[in-house]
Amino acid sequence: MEKTVNVYLMGKKYEVPSNLTVMGAMEYSGYQIVRGCGCRCGFCGACAVIYRIKGDNELKTCLACQTQVLDNMYIATLPFFPLEKKPYEIANVKPTEQIMMQLYPEIYACIGCNACTKSCTQGLNVMQYIAYAQRGEYEKCAEESFDCVMCGVCSSRCPAGISHPQVGLLARRLTGKYISPESQHLIERVAAIEQGDFKAIIEELMQKPIEELKELYNTRVIEK
Amino acid sequence: MYTPEMLKSIKKVEATRASRIGVEPRRMTADEKETLLAEFHPDHIESQFTTLTIGPNKGEKVPLELAEMLQANSRIKASDVDLSKIDYDVDVLVIGGGGAGSAAAIMANEQGANVMIVTKLRHGDANTMMAEGGIQAADKPNDSPAHHYIDAMGGGHFKNIPELLERLVTLGPDAVKWLNDLGVLFDKDEDGTMVTTHGGGTSRKRMHAAKDYTGAEIMRVLRDEVINRNIPVVDFTSAIELILDEKGRAAGAVLMNMETRELLVARAKTVIIATGGAGRMHYQGFPTSNHYGATADGLVLGYRVGAPLVYAYTLQYHPTGVAFPEQIFGALVTEKVRSIGAMLVNAEGEAFMHPLETRDVSAASIIRECKARKKGVEVPGGGYGIWLDTPMIEMLHGEGTIEKRIPGMLRMYLKYNIDMRKQPILIYPTLHYQNGGIKISADGMSGVENLYVAGEAVGGIHGENRLMGNSLLDIIVFGRIAGTSAAQKAKTVENGTLTLDHIERFAKEMQDAGIVTDKVSPKLLPVYTHGSGKEKPAF
Repeated sequence: MEKTVNVYLMGKKYEVPSNLTVMGAMEYSGYQIVRGCGCRCGFCGACAVIYRIKGDNELKTCLACQTQVLDNMYIATLPFFPLEKKPYEIANVKPTEQIMMQLYPEIYACIGCNACTKSCTQGLNVMQYIAYAQRGEYEKCAEESFDCVMCGVCSSRCPAGISHPQVGLLARRLTGKYISPESQHLIERVAAIEQGDFKAIIEELMQKPIEELKELYNTRVIEK
Repeated sequence: MYTPEMLKSIKKVEATRASRIGVEPRRMTADEKETLLAEFHPDHIESQFTTLTIGPNKGEKVPLELAEMLQANSRIKASDVDLSKIDYDVDVLVIGGGGAGSAAAIMANEQGANVMIVTKLRHGDANTMMAEGGIQAADKPNDSPAHHYIDAMGGGHFKNIPELLERLVTLGPDAVKWLNDLGVLFDKDEDGTMVTTHGGGTSRKRMHAAKDYTGAEIMRVLRDEVINRNIPVVDFTSAIELILDEKGRAAGAVLMNMETRELLVARAKTVIIATGGAGRMHYQGFPTSNHYGATADGLVLGYRVGAPLVYAYTLQYHPTGVAFPEQIFGALVTEKVRSIGAMLVNAEGEAFMHPLETRDVSAASIIRECKARKKGVEVPGGGYGIWLDTPMIEMLHGEGTIEKRIPGMLRMYLKYNIDMRKQPILIYPTLHYQNGGIKISADGMSGVENLYVAGEAVGGIHGENRLMGNSLLDIIVFGRIAGTSAAQKAKTVENGTLTLDHIERFAKEMQDAGIVTDKVSPKLLPVYTHGSGKEKPAF
């Protein structure tokens, strides 16, 4: 008999094999999940969970697909959290402090409680990236927030009502478009293609019989 | 975390590690590859395929599980739906909210079309989100679209459709520039040069990345852009049948709210299928790296209205899925891990192959190493794994490289107390990609007029085997093409009379062919019970 544990899904008790993930435990118990399941791989943030181990006063958070069940785990799923996303035109904004003030002024109401960081399912230093955003240091904010899966748990714990994942996303887009250095080789190649530089050679390849293509492929030089 | 047997094998891996650094194993010859594939690649196991007896690809072989869905009953009868009551009326209807669908919607919006996205789960719940390794584009001085063409053609066994491959490689650099200009944060050197690496089967280093979150980064930005443009997204709603007009042209879809099961009618002048792949069909019982909704819906929708498929018999098994620990069994270990230096090593510590052969060859080689040569590492619960020697990465490129270049992988394993900087990880092939799909022309249109397709639902771009980094490229290139084409075509289309007559026609075809089944399709979601023994109905 495999080892089992008791879990409480939305408060209801189920006995499940101890080697399952939280998501697996739900399915084992008979749930057909529609909401709260996406990539099942820890990249999409669909399956945030808030839990408490019975008798422990600390509230914990995790992604259901990435976390093994624990005995006496009280589980509440958080398949959706209302983040505030402000629209903007990426072509018409500038990577200055003003844009953050204009779109997400609530970040300046941060009281420094650090609940966001403590709750992050990815283990990110969320409060730090908000601090970078406050100072207009978007490159640092982008780096610090890069692994965010936008599950929204940080925002659910924030007394200032900040939508941290949206702040990080804005900082990353500003960095990607305006702050990162331009890729000259990319710009030149796109221009060359538009001029039709490679058109003839590709058209020639398209006409080649398979035997000739095989020869080209099998004798190609591979960059070290 | 590792078992005592695994730890014993790790000792052997460690013993050979220093001698393997800087030594590149021989690549296989064309003949060796051919023999290997014929004997060990899952695409060649005849008993796992059957011949379609109805529809546009009648007489062609497809996987058993796909045939069961292509030749199944509709979820509805025409009489279940009142087509005169239109819930959504748009120019362009995009089915699927992944990378291809989002790129298509942005371009259709750019063209001034009234466009809407309908998606089965959340916007962004898609394989795009999980594409970790990178995106190819021939933008370096020593590279060219012609090199890219040859690489993809060889990788695809020379079956790639030339007109589609030409679009992919020629529009590649522009696709990367488009993403860059939208604010996707690519890895770059201080002077702006893109950091690029090899993928399996590439002759030039043209793999662009955003750490090991490349697809997630692209998806986050595209989703943000869709919202910025105020493009409506109807989420948790699947398309369960296409609607045609009296001329047999695509003219909308019957939608189903995934939670309330309410049926809704969407009318459109053109329709784009961007429903993605099929990993959750679990072909041949393989685990999958795909997202929860990857159930080949688009192929079923298209097939039922007569859109021909191409190469539906070929699937990609990613060589490196997680073999251990079991909680993340089948999850993707990005090819980038090999791109930046980790070797494939058997239980005896031998590097038995070049780590960057194409995916089909690598997967078949790993299967052979375990099944025929018995040099895999046993994992609890049955099955085998091969070591991916990750500590090599930091020996080659210095401490901190893993955290900087593949933080997602590091985090995934650390949750199970495996530190890939210090210990190798165990992998085995996992079902990863649908090489085949709906056949399209170079402007993205399928065999059914006004029905466009983009992304993994398309077949033919990659022949019989896709190279790493060509799917993120394909969703952007063909997503943009489909969006632009569909929006332009919509300008010339007058709404006709909506019909669902094809449901009856298809049922008749099934009956005439003697197909009796209780299955309905599209599948929409898989059902998992994890051995509880409790019966659960299909979704």
